[in-house]
Amino acid sequence: MRTQFESPIVLLGARLLSPYIMLFGIYVIFHGHYSPGGGFQGGALLASSIILIRIAGGRLVSRLQIKEFFTTPMAAIGVIVYFAAGFISVLYGSYFLDYEALPFPGDLTPAELRYYGILVIEIGIGIAVMAILVMIYDHMARGEDYA
Amino acid sequence: MIWEIELVLFLFLIISAIVALEAKDLLIAVVTLTIFSFTMALLFTAMGGIDVGFTEAVIGAGVTGILFVIALFRTTIKTND
Repeated sequence: MRTQFESPIVLLGARLLSPYIMLFGIYVIFHGHYSPGGGFQGGALLASSIILIRIAGGRLVSRLQIKEFFTTPMAAIGVIVYFAAGFISVLYGSYFLDYEALPFPGDLTPAELRYYGILVIEIGIGIAVMAILVMIYDHMARGEDYA
Repeated sequence: MIWEIELVLFLFLIISAIVALEAKDLLIAVVTLTIFSFTMALLFTAMGGIDVGFTEAVIGAGVTGILFVIALFRTTIKTND
């Protein structure tokens, strides 16, 4: 199992398939509040598109996309986005994760405020899930891919 | 959903689960577990839980299979049972 070889067909197939998976993941994240899906599923789709490139191309190719040291700050950024969207509504005199109090610019009704608040939450969850799944893969495959 | 298709899916589910438990080559077990997971996602969708089926298809059939293959790559491919 440890024999390694380069296959241009596998790499080309992964390169062909990966952007569409990523586009579908972004679609799932941005339509998560009124259709099936959401931050977790969209983030897992984004992570699987990145892991597909990593498992097909090895480390040298995957360094061009997302570097290995960059996954931990991205996970922290996702959690901070989630927590900040919850905590800003506390600062504006309401409950934690109560999107009615979020200070979005413009004259928005409470329903629209909830709509955009959930969208911000979903983006945070998506970034965190994507970064953590890629980080798990990187730590498990460390030192094993020579390509 | 048409009950004949659902019956075939249940049979496929049970067969893939038994093969995944009994296989000596662990790579076969991982691939069969992925088939089990995708069949499970189809059954969830048939029963109306589209969200659950979506999560099962993405996580069970996508990410978990890759992580199992990496775990096999770090350890041995033959079972000790």
